[in-house]
Amino acid sequence: MTRKYIVVGIIFALLILVPPIANVTDDTFLVSMVTRFVIYALAAVSLDLILGYGALVSFGHAAFFGIGGYVVAIVGFHMDMGDTLFGWAGSNSALVIWPLAMIMSAVVGAVMGALSLRTSGIQFIMITLAFAQMLYFVLVGLVQYGGDDGLSITNRNLIPGLDVDDNTTFYYVCLVLLTVWVLVCRRIVNSPFGMVLRGFKQNERRNVNLGYAPMPYKLSAFVISAAGTGLAGVLWANYALYASPDMASWLKSGELMAMIILGGMGTIFGPIIGAAVFLGLEQILTAWTEHWMLFLGPVLILVVLFSRRGIFGWLVGGRNND
Amino acid sequence: MYMFIEQAMNGLQYSALLFLLSAGLTLIFGIMNVVNLAHGSFYMVGAFCAASAVAITGSFSVAILAALVGAAVYGLIVEKLIISRLYHRDHLDQVLATLGVIFFTNALVTLVFGRSPPFVDIPPLLSGSVQILPGLNYPIMRLAFIGAGVLVAIGLWLLISRTRVGMLVRAGADDAETVDALGINISRLFTMVFTLGALLGGFAGVMGAPLLAVEIGMGEKILITTLVVIVVGGVGSVRGALVGSLLVGLVDSFGRAYIPIGMSQLLPPEYSDSVSSSLVSASIYILMAIVLLVKPRGLVPAQR
Repeated sequence: MTRKYIVVGIIFALLILVPPIANVTDDTFLVSMVTRFVIYALAAVSLDLILGYGALVSFGHAAFFGIGGYVVAIVGFHMDMGDTLFGWAGSNSALVIWPLAMIMSAVVGAVMGALSLRTSGIQFIMITLAFAQMLYFVLVGLVQYGGDDGLSITNRNLIPGLDVDDNTTFYYVCLVLLTVWVLVCRRIVNSPFGMVLRGFKQNERRNVNLGYAPMPYKLSAFVISAAGTGLAGVLWANYALYASPDMASWLKSGELMAMIILGGMGTIFGPIIGAAVFLGLEQILTAWTEHWMLFLGPVLILVVLFSRRGIFGWLVGGRNND
Repeated sequence: MYMFIEQAMNGLQYSALLFLLSAGLTLIFGIMNVVNLAHGSFYMVGAFCAASAVAITGSFSVAILAALVGAAVYGLIVEKLIISRLYHRDHLDQVLATLGVIFFTNALVTLVFGRSPPFVDIPPLLSGSVQILPGLNYPIMRLAFIGAGVLVAIGLWLLISRTRVGMLVRAGADDAETVDALGINISRLFTMVFTLGALLGGFAGVMGAPLLAVEIGMGEKILITTLVVIVVGGVGSVRGALVGSLLVGLVDSFGRAYIPIGMSQLLPPEYSDSVSSSLVSASIYILMAIVLLVKPRGLVPAQR
């Protein structure tokens, strides 16, 4: 256990220390890059909640990432135009928009989950993929919101008392949200609810015979996971000042799963490392060669084939399954 | 009426393409229990091999041969190196490893063939059109497409229901361990089925080359549609793949033709364009969602 907390401590210490280090080395790009890590980590941790603890292989989580981003972009678009959205004048406050985006993701997640969870196994993978593709094409079809090209966003959402336009401040906002979300997820997986969810992963029939109906547990986990991924989408839209249908593309869902496997599935902390390593690798390889996929592909295959427990499992060592 | 027939023919031709891909993929899933996202890569390899062969030799038959050999050899290599290690893994591992294969293949094909391959002309034998009804001309190429699909369907049916290999394939789908215990080399059977699937994918690639764009990423586009087909039809059954291909091909084709007309009558013009373009692209996914909700195991599930 102690080794695990040392590893986790080092991860967060590094994340906190990034801006001061960047300041010393005068590397403005570093903060921007690590902000990306943190945002994707938030999405990957959310997906790990159902993938790692509920064995629900959702191949459509990019949909929620896209919804989060588009809520920010669409409300901002109408604010810029000076018109109303369904009679609502809009808002530029993060305290309004961000929860709204999470609620939207949760609602879509509830509908999608309720329908998808009627199936299992390969069919579940495919139906979540199908729903995400549906949303992707709806976003492409939204011609008034840029269609294929997406929407650019003029301003970041405002947080009272903070200057979010400052990249370092925005980074810390993302980091605080990630930390809070990780704590929430830890509480969830160690709660009685989480234990039941993990029971379904181990042996569904046994759990049913113990008197737990699968649907409420799996669906709640799915909705929570959708809301977290939606929040990551919100942060991404605020970070990049841009939302496009690509946020909801199936490759994005695949990348999120790759981050989880890379970092260690069912560990909550692992996906943070996974996101950083995946995006970092992408960064290094793209700078080095145009054909970077030639290397990323085999890395992914090797990780799947030979590293069952991911980087976090390897760092922590032992047979710690928590 | 002519529009209806023409759309039906276009739908059938798309179905033929989808069947070539989904038949192989569903066999791979049904027998080996492997989710193979890299199936679209064989299609792309086939199309690029065909395009280059046409550019070099100018012969369409050489192109077909190049596509079949290229895709089958690549499939064989992928099976031996990667897929064979995934048989006893869960679906998540298979999804991710084959996603890695897609990344790798896209980069490899770019490296070998370049970003923009030569355009494939329709061969002279198949160019032009014939009158299939008074006043309705239809391109011969597209008819040949449908014909090839039908031939492959009959060939596969004969192979599976009338030959020893087909018997082993059916037995393997039922219970691979028992087949193995009865002294059949199951891993060789798996390799054969996988290579056959890749070969069919390569054939789809050469058929698609003159009609659809040959480009990096073409495999992923068609792969997702192929997955929809096998889930609609029922995972693991070739008959399901046939039913699924027909349904998806026709829904897509009729959707493209009739949804914009219907929407322009239902909705005011400022919304109808974006609603119908979204609906057209999403139609097959809506079909899949409906089928899965009514029959979670697909329309013609493999018998177990």
